[in-house]
Amino acid sequence: MARIGVFICHCGTNIASVVDVEKVAKAAMQMPDVVFATDYKYMCSEPGQAMIKEAIIEQKLDRIVIASCSPRMHELTFRKMLKGTTINPYMLEIANIREQCAWVHTDREKATAKAIGLVQMAVAKVAKNKPLSAGTIPITKKALVIGGGIAGIQAALDIADCGYDVTIVEKEPSIGGHMVMLDKTFPTMDCSACISTPKMVEANAHPNITLKTSCEVEKVSGYVGNFEVTIKEKAKYVNHDLCTGCGLCQTKCPTKVTSEFDQGMSKRSAIYIPFAQAVPSKPVIDANACLKLKDGKCGICEKVCPIGAINYQDEERFTTEQFGAIIVAIGYELVNWEEMYPEYGGGKYEDVITGLQFERLVNASGPTEGHILRPSNGKEPKDVVIIKCVGSRDPKKGKSYCSRACCMASAKHAHQILDKIPNSRVYVFYMDVRTPGKGYEEFYDNTRKDGAQYIRGRVSKIYKEGSKLIVKGEDSLLAKPVTVEADLVILATAMEPASGAYELAGKLGIAVDGDNWITEAHPKLRPVETQTNGIYLCGTCQGPKDIPDTVAQASAAAVKVAALFSHDEMETSPMVSSVDPDKCSGCGFCVDLCPYKAISLVEYAGRDNGRKVTKTVAKVNEGLCQGCGCCNAICRTGCIDLKGFTNEQILKEVDALCL
Amino acid sequence: MSVKKDSSWEPVILAFCCNWCTYTGADTAGLNRMKYPENVRVIRVPCSSRVNPQFILRAFQKGADGVLVCGCHPGDCHYATGNYYTRRRFMLMQRLLEYNGIDPKRFQAKWISGSEAAKFRDTVIKVSAEIKALGPNTKFAEGYYAQNEGGNE
Repeated sequence: MARIGVFICHCGTNIASVVDVEKVAKAAMQMPDVVFATDYKYMCSEPGQAMIKEAIIEQKLDRIVIASCSPRMHELTFRKMLKGTTINPYMLEIANIREQCAWVHTDREKATAKAIGLVQMAVAKVAKNKPLSAGTIPITKKALVIGGGIAGIQAALDIADCGYDVTIVEKEPSIGGHMVMLDKTFPTMDCSACISTPKMVEANAHPNITLKTSCEVEKVSGYVGNFEVTIKEKAKYVNHDLCTGCGLCQTKCPTKVTSEFDQGMSKRSAIYIPFAQAVPSKPVIDANACLKLKDGKCGICEKVCPIGAINYQDEERFTTEQFGAIIVAIGYELVNWEEMYPEYGGGKYEDVITGLQFERLVNASGPTEGHILRPSNGKEPKDVVIIKCVGSRDPKKGKSYCSRACCMASAKHAHQILDKIPNSRVYVFYMDVRTPGKGYEEFYDNTRKDGAQYIRGRVSKIYKEGSKLIVKGEDSLLAKPVTVEADLVILATAMEPASGAYELAGKLGIAVDGDNWITEAHPKLRPVETQTNGIYLCGTCQGPKDIPDTVAQASAAAVKVAALFSHDEMETSPMVSSVDPDKCSGCGFCVDLCPYKAISLVEYAGRDNGRKVTKTVAKVNEGLCQGCGCCNAICRTGCIDLKGFTNEQILKEVDALCL
Repeated sequence: MSVKKDSSWEPVILAFCCNWCTYTGADTAGLNRMKYPENVRVIRVPCSSRVNPQFILRAFQKGADGVLVCGCHPGDCHYATGNYYTRRRFMLMQRLLEYNGIDPKRFQAKWISGSEAAKFRDTVIKVSAEIKALGPNTKFAEGYYAQNEGGNE
């Protein structure tokens, strides 16, 4: 028979002023298996805990109920307290008589009756509690960072500096991401490449970091501390172990296609290093463009390569590795504005460009060597229109969210145009100007002082007249239509999650929101963790943000990984599902249902009516199980049960409350 | 319907609340000292999808006058997809209960997040009033006929 002790907390006057605690204690004494009940001013205090411990010894209690504040508040406190006693920490139930009773009711009699009911429920449940012990699992102290933009690089460097191995998987031939495409960074106007390329080089040179470019995550299994990840390495057609990166091949290659890095504003060869400062600075062959790979002709790169690094027979390869933690840093893309905004030409006009294209245009290593020139005729523009919120804050045509970085990026572009082109005029069409951040508002103010004209309103149409672009919009502060004859139009297009974010989230078993941004575990208090233990996020894959926020988040994610790796083993929550294999029918419904892929079917040697039989049964991987109990409700034989919240325990609670 | 018209009668309502959203929301309601009727009792479950249909049947059999299942908003589940299962099971369960003569108002599902304390309070007030208007659960409750000779619904 169970020996239950019940402890009613006054919580000062928080509980006692509404609930008659002595009456609750008296009522508790009458409940089944209760051998001791008392009340005290502060159960969580040192003397309160000492009193409970004393009662455990004197009354030979084997389980306890504490009626106090929410279990979300002090369940852990009391479990820790039980660690030093004869009682297992899980032989405890909390009756929430503060948040869900004393604080929400005023009628003393009714509140007391409810408190007694809640205690009765906890007593009924605790009678069915079983001792649980946390298991331990070993940790593979090696991290995987998916995405080699500034977020991934920063996270990898921080983890590597803590002494742990890191692998960066990047789908492009070079790390660097979007930051290295930018010309300057606001508000300090630092050269973007000058501050990001040293980090790329550092990541490449770091003894603890392995770079895997032209690679993608193919498959993920396992759980925190023990992920098994299959990485697909795309065919590069160049042996990077041999290649010295001399670049001769790309100067001789006869095929030219549009450059992704320059946002389609320049050409690159079929065998190419994406940009001058690429890391690794070694070429790959674009199989869709290469004449040799398409038609078997050409083969010039192989002939000119002085060390024979070209390999046209190269194939994609798959490798499987163990990782203890994963950081998702896959970044963003710009929305396809051409489809969304046919009224802006839908891509028809060469002189309507995106902000990212402008970054290449104004960059010294870009297609025009830093001269701002109209793509249509190569002449310097005098009148430039910048349109903000193209795709952002436009739920009808684009995205409902704000892309956050574009207000400042547009101010930067306006500043750069006014700075580089004498007598130029810049018109910025805006909905709101949002510049929260250190030095941001000042930067925006200076841009206006420089001469940028901010017009509050949307642009409804852009069309061509001669060599000019006619921009028709509205000044909503004057309630008047506005027409600007422009030479160049820059669209501040919205960010959206990188393509493949949804699929990758599916492989990792993490959540995305309605726009496919990766969801953090808690928006305020767990901003770099996902709902899956051991998988973290940073940068724009979580939502639009600028570089400082991205870098801060990357370091935060790195600390989470380092904290995990600072232990050799980790404790798992014992409140997980388990299967009674003898009762299991092996239907496998739970296998498909589990959001964590924690359940699998295995062979089990059991007995059926005394005969030895081998059958297929479900088995829960306790490292993967997060204890939601979803599987419990679908199990037809009732053989799967969640420890700490068993069917029996909850039914006892139901019974106790219905009395 | 001939239920005992006793003005002091208070229904027994069980609310299965998921630990991450609605249980937190209920705690937040307490933190903000919001007031609601005493007749709703919360049973904490890790996820609304933990609620086994068996629990609901048992509650009605044992005389509960109403059962609430509360969880995170769809798409917001702490366990990614749990509440989608809850939603589907709930639809089925409600129809089954209705088929058995249990008014759908006696069995409701609500999505209440950890910050929606006011929604928790409003839900409890509304559900409590609705079930009070319906009167006691006479259909399933064990021993009801024995105690109340001639009672019918």
